[in-house]
Amino acid sequence: MIAILDYGIGNLGSIKNMLNKIGAETVIADSIKEIEQADKLILPGVGSFDNGMRCLREKEFDKVIIEQVCDNKKPILGICLGMQMLGRKSEEGKEKGLDLIPFDNKRFSFADDGLKVPHMGWNYVDIINRENNLVKDIEEKQRYYFVHSYHAVCDSRENVLMTCDYGYEFAAAVINGNIYGTQFHPEKSHNFGMKLLENFSKEC
Amino acid sequence: MYNRPRVIPCLLLQEQGLVKTTKFKNPNYLGDPINAVRIFNEKGVDELCLLDIGAAKSSGSPDFDYLKNIASEAFMPLSYGGGITELNQIKELFAIGFEKVIINSAINKDDSLLKKAVEYAGSQSVVASIDAKRELFGKYSCFIDGGNTKIKVSPAKLAKHYEESGAGEIIINSIDNDGMMQGYDIDLIRQVTESVNIPVVACGGAGGVPDLKLALEKGGAHAVSAGSMFVYFGRKKAVLINVPEESELYREGVYCDE
Repeated sequence: MIAILDYGIGNLGSIKNMLNKIGAETVIADSIKEIEQADKLILPGVGSFDNGMRCLREKEFDKVIIEQVCDNKKPILGICLGMQMLGRKSEEGKEKGLDLIPFDNKRFSFADDGLKVPHMGWNYVDIINRENNLVKDIEEKQRYYFVHSYHAVCDSRENVLMTCDYGYEFAAAVINGNIYGTQFHPEKSHNFGMKLLENFSKEC
Repeated sequence: MYNRPRVIPCLLLQEQGLVKTTKFKNPNYLGDPINAVRIFNEKGVDELCLLDIGAAKSSGSPDFDYLKNIASEAFMPLSYGGGITELNQIKELFAIGFEKVIINSAINKDDSLLKKAVEYAGSQSVVASIDAKRELFGKYSCFIDGGNTKIKVSPAKLAKHYEESGAGEIIINSIDNDGMMQGYDIDLIRQVTESVNIPVVACGGAGGVPDLKLALEKGGAHAVSAGSMFVYFGRKKAVLINVPEESELYREGVYCDE
């Protein structure tokens, strides 16, 4: 059972739709009990970093996530803002992140202003760590759908699973053992994203 | 760097049917929208835009049950417009699998709706739509209520106002060119793209892939949307859902790899 965490923000419907399509059992979890009972967690999220963290804390999901992921080693996948919240902090706000992967979130900044922020649309990714099960059998140069103004900057290359180029190279997916995050939206990325969610549900 | 401006089929719904208008009038019934969405999904289109042109008139609200069915078949970015007047409807649309809402008439009647939507979902999820018509001397005016009510403001000014109110994207639609398949109104698009910094989606008039390129290159649009060219095929405009191959979009310079 995969729990899609419902803390008041995020496009839960589309994640559930895609997981249903690949035959995964899901629950939209809005209680701590449901999170404790699940085998895997998905942390969605849209909107601002501080609002996301505050909503998580209000429901006391932050503690249960850390407990389930660190002590019980349950796999978790953060998507978009859900990924950013796995880090320490963000330039977008003042709140502390979950601090599960050593990275900070920085705003896109370009020397010339030819590129728009947010980075919105489809982009190719490069897979850095091919051994990882999340990217098992995923071919090179697949496209994924991105909508974001901030991106992760990892302390160590070891935590970078995929990269993408928008003005410069940034981490499109991050990894730390059983903790995964994608900046892009697999649930909105056709069969490319479906493969990745299938890997998360079956291989991770 | 990889440059893939979004190419967005725009599907018009009316009473759970798929229709296509000409100059915002004479909706021609084409078939079952769910079937069309399935095909666009298989073809891997960049994004899909659904506009219910009957929602405001019939129930005054989006047809959530029906839209939920559609969203469960579509694994791509999905936007919806039509009959949205309050925040609760926007919340419901996000809950059933849409991630962008398109508002037009309602934000002209209730200025706070746009701000409330942005506060709830973030700019990237809120699209303001402008329907415009050519007037004398190269001027344009804007319309709401499906092209029926004129409002006294230029598209460029309205777009700027929407940007300042927090909209993350503008769709600029030409009423004159709608359904004509003779190309976009490039002047109109340029007036809007030059007035704002947020992405602008061009809509209205595309007849083929070269038109898409013109809207991007000459109009300065960031994404292109079209109806007719995805639902009509050939000179006799036979009803057929069709999507240009990725290779054609590269060949014509709509997409490019640098």
